[in-house]
Amino acid sequence: MGPWTGLTHTDNTESRLDTGPCVPATPTNVPEPSRTDPALIRNFCIIAHIDHGKSTLADRMLQLTGVVEQRQMRAQYLDRMDIERERGITIKSQAVRLPWAPTKDEGGESATHILNMIDTPGHVDFTYEVSRSLAACEGCILLVDAAQGIEAQTLANLYLAMEHDLTIIPVLNKIDLPAAQPEKYAAELAHLIGCDPSDVLKVSAKTGEGVAELLNRVVELVPAPVGVHDAPARAMIFDSVYDAYRGVVTYVKVVDGTLGRRERIKMMSTGAAHELLEIGTNSPEMTPADGLSVGEVGYLITGVKDVRQSKVGDTITQVSGGAQEPLGGYKDPKPMVFSGLYPLDGSDYPELREALDKLQLNDAALVYEPETSAALGFGFRVGFLGLLHLEVIRERLEREFNLDLIATAPNVVYRVEMEDGTEHTVTNPSEFPVGKIDTVHEPVVRGTILAPSEFIGAIMELCQNRRGVLLGMDYLSEDRVEIRYTLPLAEVVFDFFDQLKSKTRGYASLDYEPTGEQTSELVKVDILLHGDKVDAFSAITHKDKAYAYGVRLVAKLRELIPRQNFEVPIQAAIGSRVIARETVRAIRKDVLAKCYGGDISRKRKLLEKQKEGKKRMKMVGSVEVPQEAFIAVLSSDSDGKDSKAKK
Amino acid sequence: MPEDGALPATALAGAERRPLGFYLHVPYCATRCGYCDFNTYTASELRGSGGVLASRDNYAEQVVEEIRLARKVLGDDPRAVETVFVGGGTPTLLAAADLGRMLGAIRDEFGLAEGAEVTTEANPESVDPRYLAELREAGFNRISFGMQSARQHVLKVLDRTHTPGRPETCVAEARAAGFGHVNLDLIYGTPGESDADWRASLEAALGAGPDHVSAYALIVEEGTQLARRIRRGEIPMTDDDVHADRYLIADETLTAAGFAWYEVSNWATSPAGRCRHNELYWRGADWWGAGPGAHSHVGGVRWWNVKHPGAYAQALGEGRSPGAGRELLSAEERRVERILLELRLAEGCLLELLRPAGAAAAARALADGLLEPEPYGRGQAVLTLRGRLLADAVVRDLVD
Repeated sequence: MGPWTGLTHTDNTESRLDTGPCVPATPTNVPEPSRTDPALIRNFCIIAHIDHGKSTLADRMLQLTGVVEQRQMRAQYLDRMDIERERGITIKSQAVRLPWAPTKDEGGESATHILNMIDTPGHVDFTYEVSRSLAACEGCILLVDAAQGIEAQTLANLYLAMEHDLTIIPVLNKIDLPAAQPEKYAAELAHLIGCDPSDVLKVSAKTGEGVAELLNRVVELVPAPVGVHDAPARAMIFDSVYDAYRGVVTYVKVVDGTLGRRERIKMMSTGAAHELLEIGTNSPEMTPADGLSVGEVGYLITGVKDVRQSKVGDTITQVSGGAQEPLGGYKDPKPMVFSGLYPLDGSDYPELREALDKLQLNDAALVYEPETSAALGFGFRVGFLGLLHLEVIRERLEREFNLDLIATAPNVVYRVEMEDGTEHTVTNPSEFPVGKIDTVHEPVVRGTILAPSEFIGAIMELCQNRRGVLLGMDYLSEDRVEIRYTLPLAEVVFDFFDQLKSKTRGYASLDYEPTGEQTSELVKVDILLHGDKVDAFSAITHKDKAYAYGVRLVAKLRELIPRQNFEVPIQAAIGSRVIARETVRAIRKDVLAKCYGGDISRKRKLLEKQKEGKKRMKMVGSVEVPQEAFIAVLSSDSDGKDSKAKK
Repeated sequence: MPEDGALPATALAGAERRPLGFYLHVPYCATRCGYCDFNTYTASELRGSGGVLASRDNYAEQVVEEIRLARKVLGDDPRAVETVFVGGGTPTLLAAADLGRMLGAIRDEFGLAEGAEVTTEANPESVDPRYLAELREAGFNRISFGMQSARQHVLKVLDRTHTPGRPETCVAEARAAGFGHVNLDLIYGTPGESDADWRASLEAALGAGPDHVSAYALIVEEGTQLARRIRRGEIPMTDDDVHADRYLIADETLTAAGFAWYEVSNWATSPAGRCRHNELYWRGADWWGAGPGAHSHVGGVRWWNVKHPGAYAQALGEGRSPGAGRELLSAEERRVERILLELRLAEGCLLELLRPAGAAAAARALADGLLEPEPYGRGQAVLTLRGRLLADAVVRDLVD
């Protein structure tokens, strides 16, 4: 616990006397929104790996600037959703306006500045959202655990921040830990960003040590935003959140001009016009204001009900006399990973649709369309930004909407060119075209892995097995390396995180970003039960791996499919060529020997129970397949999903 | 279940068109066999919660009491009793005179129909020629011996105490005493039994000259000593495929010896040799089951007695029905029961009983070789030999 533990009163003046360096300050003459001199504004974010203490640091800043009083404080104030809090990940970003009057070296205070702390999503799947958050900042705090050093994802975001020309303030956290090695990791950070190790600030977000100095450093080093005051307003959307009571809350940074309340605004990507119902800042609760001006960060509410009408990266301007040119950098979110989601109980299909509709209100990247599987019935093919996105959505569907789902193995998008010149986009392996295929293109990513150097061999072996091409390797410090590979995305979504974790005893971290596509010798492997194709089990794999995949799946199904009245061959095939085969022998006896007077009721009830069990069977042609078999086979690729999500 | 055991009027409607049988349960055994989960007790005296004593010695009195209750409940039902079956437990643990007294009560209260079938189960080691003569004297005309196996090591796993050869002698003694119908019960698939053991048991049984053989796959029931021994790994579980093989051996051997199957687990030398009592069960007729734990069925009402002999004696002593619960079968439940019971019979079940989905399933079963083509053409679903082994699976489809 921090030094506030013993506090029972919230009078800031008194507590300042009690508590040493972590004094909640209530600056005087706090500039108001829409009337803040850009020279006094500092927009920054915190780049950190999960568990490296970003939320705790943010909490301390809220307290220290007096924005949140001690009695309202709860751990990780800014993380809203339960799942985020539970998994310790931040998915949705927010921005908080913090007044801070930096203390001067010679004592005394300078003018009260406005620090806008912009929270960034912390996961690989949300690179685009991260880039928009970074684009709203002029500086960033690079926060690294002093006991662990930098992780791959942090490094990737650091590179992203450097690309945006942000001022980087390197900070080591958790210096209070016995295992902390601040000297070692300060050297590592200095090496990475090209500064002197003595420039690396050392703080403990837990105790509050060094946090005030850090805020001073932000004011000192982060450049003030620059924009044209007397120009049509241009505000960039860096986040968009659906709120059940208020509709969509849009977070913006005003680059040029001023957005006043009650103005009519326009989304420049679509031209759609909206009435501004409210504009304001978060400190940290939403506080209405007269407007937002150059360099300011805040929220606005227009009454739209769907985040797709208020897209991250879009530029907002006024309807009348608005800007002609949008700010750069807008992209439509593009799903990278697809999975079929099916209700276990077919009658839950309408509920699943409704749940997806609701989630989409708050997730512009979530796309789905109805799909029918011969084996699984009615469901949806759902597109995600990546694996974590998939898992978060699936978990929310199951937890918040009480749905039991079967999810097919995640797959990527393939582009298939036929010899006759036609082209197919394949988001579902069962739609892989038959006939004369010329080339197949698959998405590739640039993967960055950070790990202790002792694991180089294991990591390279794994990447080689996954069709990776080595791009380069660098030592971050004596015993830590950064390894870069080009990898097919399909290989990454297939069990890669788990394998990486297990081969490096959990020490490696991974980040990847899409870099395009490559042509590959890919084939579709079908699984046939009693001669009937099971669409849910079709997979696209490299031709060298097709055999192993077929053998593994066929063997697994043999264990899972109960004996039927007839012999059931289970085959894996590429086109018409069978590559693996197993047989479930026909059941020969399914009869109770005795049925006398006292047995009849029991027998009828047993029959009723068996009929219930039969209802839970899915019919594939004439073969009864227990749902458990589907779940077992399809989930084999995502075993240990928790570890994956916490990558 | 009303205290006086009264039946709804619907149960007795049209009763005169259905045969009526009596099952009398004897819940006592000298020892409990490891595979047995029947309602039976090895103590000779048991006390109910109200202190009423139930014992082997006064057991016949209680059954007679329930037969009198049956008379009251069935009111002016004019039917004479077509079949009586005494089962257990070990009926022959009681004196022959006791079994005779129970049968006498049925004769007194209901009358026995002309040519009524009167059976008792018997343990090979608990009867002798004198006992058999007394049973004949009392009116029994059919006897069923629990032979199980001709192999000592198989009998040992089953905890059967008789020596091989004794059941065959019993058959001769029963014939000598004048029993017209004699059954031998056999069990196959006991752990440790080989195909050869099973063939030997069938040959031994056939050599004794019964006119009826029942052959049952050993069912390992939850809660039995045998189930515990298998779970502990002391003896191996028999594979279902082995059961299937043994069944085929049984059918082949028995058919070759002039027997014909008439129910999945029952074979007889002629229609007259069939167990008419069991046929009542399988054809949805009426029967009254007297004794602890016995089930009864009259006109779509099924009920069952309290299981404990002490509680049973207590109820009857207080003039109450010993019924513990009952169910009134819906039309659909009766339809399902007809299918599941009649399909086990050589006559099969009427295709008319099936709904469209069930009829489609029957057509598939025919195509799969599980139903006989000729009777199918006449509107009857009759299982083939392979179909008999998969009867439960076929039933599950046909009741759709």
